[in-house]
Amino acid sequence: MAYSDKVLDHYNNPRNVGSLDKSSASVGTGMVGAPECGDVMKLQIRVNEENGIIEDAKFKTFGCGSAIASSSLATEWLKGKTVDEALQIKNTDIVNELSLPPVKIHCSVLAEDAIKAAISDYRNKQGVRIPVHAEQTVA
Amino acid sequence: MKTPIYLDNHATTRMDPRVLDAMLPYFTEHFGNAASRNHEFGWVAEQAVDKARKQIADLIGTTPREIIFTSGATESDNLAIKGVAEMYAEKGNHIITAATEHKAVLDTCKKLEKHGYRVTYLPLKGDGLIDLDMLRESITDKTILVTIMYANNEIGVIQPVAEIGKICRERGVLFHTDGVQAIGKVPVNVNTDNIDIMSITAHKLYGPKGVGALYVRRKNPRVQITAQMDGGGHERGMRSGTLNVPGIVGLGEACAIAQREMPQEMVRMRYLRDKLRAKLEAGLDEVYINGSMEHRLPQNLNMSFAYVEGESLLMGINDIAVSSGSACTSATLEPSYVLKALGLGDDIAHSSIRFGIGRFNTEEEIDYVAGKLIDVVKKLRELSPLYEMAKEGIDLSKVVWAAH
Repeated sequence: MAYSDKVLDHYNNPRNVGSLDKSSASVGTGMVGAPECGDVMKLQIRVNEENGIIEDAKFKTFGCGSAIASSSLATEWLKGKTVDEALQIKNTDIVNELSLPPVKIHCSVLAEDAIKAAISDYRNKQGVRIPVHAEQTVA
Repeated sequence: MKTPIYLDNHATTRMDPRVLDAMLPYFTEHFGNAASRNHEFGWVAEQAVDKARKQIADLIGTTPREIIFTSGATESDNLAIKGVAEMYAEKGNHIITAATEHKAVLDTCKKLEKHGYRVTYLPLKGDGLIDLDMLRESITDKTILVTIMYANNEIGVIQPVAEIGKICRERGVLFHTDGVQAIGKVPVNVNTDNIDIMSITAHKLYGPKGVGALYVRRKNPRVQITAQMDGGGHERGMRSGTLNVPGIVGLGEACAIAQREMPQEMVRMRYLRDKLRAKLEAGLDEVYINGSMEHRLPQNLNMSFAYVEGESLLMGINDIAVSSGSACTSATLEPSYVLKALGLGDDIAHSSIRFGIGRFNTEEEIDYVAGKLIDVVKKLRELSPLYEMAKEGIDLSKVVWAAH
């Protein structure tokens, strides 16, 4: 199978590889896929709680080159966006940017799922934390 | 050293230049039809075919009259299985094969099932070998054929062919083996191995593509096969069609070279394979061999690199030609059915690489491949969330994955 130049570039020079502190309240973690399916993506965002802007994004991916490229690209796009803007990223945007062939579309779907999962995790944490703050204020 | 490096010799082999030299005169100079009995052109072609028949027969310990030429192993497998099924239909309708056979065998068996035959697909033990007791128990009075490959094309595991043949003979059942990965690589003898029918192909032993043969036993027992193509009645009526004389000459020469050089070549192949394995095991943690190391072709190594997906690994070693059992490299998006038949999880099957070492590989190439692979696996593990989790002590088998 021939890979597009952009897929090769992300594979050879993956952006934002690594991990953020998953216990931090400002970090959202999304883990999607399964080893049996041949891909697992972990995508993390760190959000500035003042302005809701994603300040940092990291990924680690077990999967084919297109899966690695999709998640690498996703972290690039996430940085600087607000959480709401990040939710607008669609798998088709990734397909177009990386020129993924039909058999690799599931890689882009996985990346979109990972973004959503990370944001959902972040929002859950915020949701849990706010009542705690409220309680503290009352006390 | 030139790149890309070819280490996919179970898929096909580079033709030996000596084979090409033997073939060349039979394209333009000696172009006769081996079936032309009444002139010099035909006689020369027939002599060349006779010589090749003898070279092939010598390699597998039989006589030239038991060699039927075909277009390759897929045709040979089809002819053997369908030909026996049709010829012995009155005796029975049951065939026994194994889960890790080549598709040319499995799909032929599936076709026969549609025509009322019953097929038993033996499971494999974890080391890739068949369970002989299970084979014994599977034979019924309706069984007409057992077809089990000599050596597997993915994991290189060599089946206990002589014992399988012995069981078949005791029970009066014919034994066919797809010998393509073993012939010319390790000693194969149809008499000591108790084989009745065997598929042969040229391109796996440094010969040309598009030519093969079928060994069909003439005595003890006399095997009969119904032809699957109608025509001029060539090859004792079992396979019609004008003989591919240059191809046959190539197959014969490839067999002669293999027979002469096998003892030294086996030692060299094993040395290179063992060196590759030792280097990879020294350079990386959590690498696993798939299939028995003891009963294995000296040319084969099949390894899984845990926490790294096969296609991404191939992408990183794009100057090395190997195969992966990963789903992403196949059209079906299913990981290797051979590895799954050994009981491997899909995750470890996705992480596998098959190395097929061949006559033209050098030690320098093996050293390069080992070094490159170690670098790429390490890089991909840095990228792998699974490796990170494993290092944190998380038992990956207990994680509930959001499967998609």
